[in-house]
Amino acid sequence: MIRQFLGALSALVLAGVVLGGCQTTPPDDPPPTVVDDPPKVTSTTPVRKPDPEPPFDENLNPLHPDTRKPLNTIFYFEYDQARLAQADLATLAVHAEILRNYRNHSVQIEGHCDERGTREYNLALGERRSEAVRRYLISAGVRATQVETVSYGEERPVDPGHDENAWAQNRRAVMIYRR
Amino acid sequence: MAFAASALNALEIVIPEGWDSPTKVAVAPFGGALLREDPEAEVSVDIAGIVAFDLTRTGQFSLLPSENMLSYPTAPDQVYFRDWRLLGQDYLVIGRAWAEANGAVSVVYHLFDVNSEREVASSRVTAAPEQLRDVAHRIADEVYEQITGIRGAFSTKLLYVLVENPASRSPTYHLKIADSDGARGRTVFQSKEPLLSPSWAPDASRIAYVSFETGKSTIVVQNLVTGERTHVAAYPGINGAPEFSPDGKTLAMSLSRDGNAEIYTLDLASSKLRRITRWPTAIDTEPSWTADGEGLIFTSDRSGKPQIYRIGLDKLMEERLTFEGDYNARARLLPSGRHLVYVHRRERVYHIAWQDLERDTVRVLTQTALDESPSLSPNGVMMIYATQDLGRGILAVVSIDNGFRYLLPEAAGDVREPAWSPFLDTLRGGR
Repeated sequence: MIRQFLGALSALVLAGVVLGGCQTTPPDDPPPTVVDDPPKVTSTTPVRKPDPEPPFDENLNPLHPDTRKPLNTIFYFEYDQARLAQADLATLAVHAEILRNYRNHSVQIEGHCDERGTREYNLALGERRSEAVRRYLISAGVRATQVETVSYGEERPVDPGHDENAWAQNRRAVMIYRR
Repeated sequence: MAFAASALNALEIVIPEGWDSPTKVAVAPFGGALLREDPEAEVSVDIAGIVAFDLTRTGQFSLLPSENMLSYPTAPDQVYFRDWRLLGQDYLVIGRAWAEANGAVSVVYHLFDVNSEREVASSRVTAAPEQLRDVAHRIADEVYEQITGIRGAFSTKLLYVLVENPASRSPTYHLKIADSDGARGRTVFQSKEPLLSPSWAPDASRIAYVSFETGKSTIVVQNLVTGERTHVAAYPGINGAPEFSPDGKTLAMSLSRDGNAEIYTLDLASSKLRRITRWPTAIDTEPSWTADGEGLIFTSDRSGKPQIYRIGLDKLMEERLTFEGDYNARARLLPSGRHLVYVHRRERVYHIAWQDLERDTVRVLTQTALDESPSLSPNGVMMIYATQDLGRGILAVVSIDNGFRYLLPEAAGDVREPAWSPFLDTLRGGR
C-alpha cells in the first residue's frame, strides 16, 4: 500500500512539474525530429480535438499532430539509470496528447539495456526504463489500459558492437503504437 | 598435445604465469580392437585421450604426450615402472577395451603409483558402444578421486545458450546440453525469441529457463526425459532468474508482478508462490540457494548499486555480503558454503571475483572483459563463465585454485549463460 501510494505520489509530482513547465515555458531543447517547428501547443487544457487526419503514418508510426513529421519513439538512458532525459519530456508530452485523443490506440514500451552487467539485473533495469516512460504517460492522462511494458534487458541490442557508442544506442526505451 | 584432437578440436588452453610442477600423469593409449562410436562414420573413441584431456583441463596435472612414452603397456604385466620413473611420472593409467558377444563394450583400466610401484585402483566398466565417451569420463572421475581425494566431475553436462546469427535481424536461440568437455552438444529447445538463465534440477532430469516465446519473459520448466515443457511463471512484468532448490521441489525466481523485481519461491507441486523480499524501490534478482536449502543469496541494488545479500527463508533475516566495488551481481556459493563467486566490476571492467565469506577477502578470478554468468562444477574445483573473445560470446572454464583456464568456443554464433550440471550417473541412466 505504502509503495503504491509513493508511486502515485511521485507520478503526480512528476506530472505537476512537467505539465507546469510546459504551460509556462517552451521546452529548452526540442527533440531533433521537430526542430524546425517546435510544438506550438503543449498545454494540456483544453484537450485538443482529434485531428481530422490521425497523427499516424501507414505503419502506425506516430506523427507530430501539427507538423505531421515523424515523432521520436526512442528514448535513451545513462548507464545503470532509468531517469528520463529532460530533453525527451516535450516529445513524451506529445505522445501523451496523441494517446489521450486516440483512446482506441495503445503503446507497448520496450525497455532495453547495454550488454554490460548481468542479464537478469539488466532485465529488471530494462523494466525500470519502460516503467519510467509508462509512469510519465499515465501521469499525463493516458489510461493504464493503453500502456503495456516489456523488458528485453540486454537481449535485443540495436547495435551489436562492444564500445561506448554501441552501448549508448542500446540503453533505450522504445514506444510501439498499436490499435 | 596429440590427445586433444579427439575431445574438442577448437579448445584452447591458457596456462597462467607461475603455473608449475603439478602432478605428472601418463595415460597410455588403451589397447583393444578399434573402438567405433559410430560404425558409419568410422570414428574411434580415444578413451585414453579423453581421460588425459579431462585431467589436463583441471590444471592440477601435467600429462605426458603419448609420443614421448617409451612403451605402451595395455595390461599390468607389461608395465615397467623404471620407464615411467625415467620420464618423471607420478602416476600411470593403462587400459584396454573389447567387444562383448552381446554388442556391449567392456573397458578395464588400472591406475599405478609409479614411485611406490603399486596399483592404486582398477575397475571394469561395460556399456553400450555409444557410451564410450561416458566410460572415459567415468574413468577420469575415478582416477581424479584416487589422486586428489576429491570427487571427479567429468561425467557432468553443460547447459548453455547458443545464439546463431547474433548480429542479424533474426537470430536463433538454442538451448544446448554438451558433455563437460564440450563434446556431443545437442539442442534441447530452439526459439526465435531470447532464451536466458538456464538452470538444472538437482537430479538433472529437468531444467528451468526464461523464454520470450510469448513475447514476454516466461519461466519454463522442461523435462529432459519426456520433453514436456511447462510455463510455471508468466506473471505481468518480468519473470526471471529461476533456480531449483537443492531438493528440486521449489524454484526461486525474480518477479515484478507486484510492481518491481522481488525474490519469490514457487512450490512446483502446489504452484504456491511465496514472496521473499520486500524492497519497493530496489531490483532484487538472481537468487541462488544455500546448500541446505534454508537460505538464498541474491543481487539487490537497495544500497544504490547492485550488491550481494543473503536471506534466511525461515525468519527472512537479510545480510549484505559484498562491500568492495560498486557492481557485484549474480553470485553462486561454492559447495562448502564458505566461498562465493560473482560478477564484479573493477576499474570499469567486469570480472568474476571469488570471496572468502569468513575472512572477507576478495580475489579476482578472471582477467578478461565482460565476464559473466559464473557456474561451478559440482565438486567446486572448476568454474565456467561467459566472456568475449574478439567481440564474440564464448565460454571459458577456470580452475578456482590454480587459475588454469580453457576456452570452449562453438563453431558458429554467440555462446553464453553456462550452467554446470550436478553430479550425474551417465552410465546407469544413459543420456
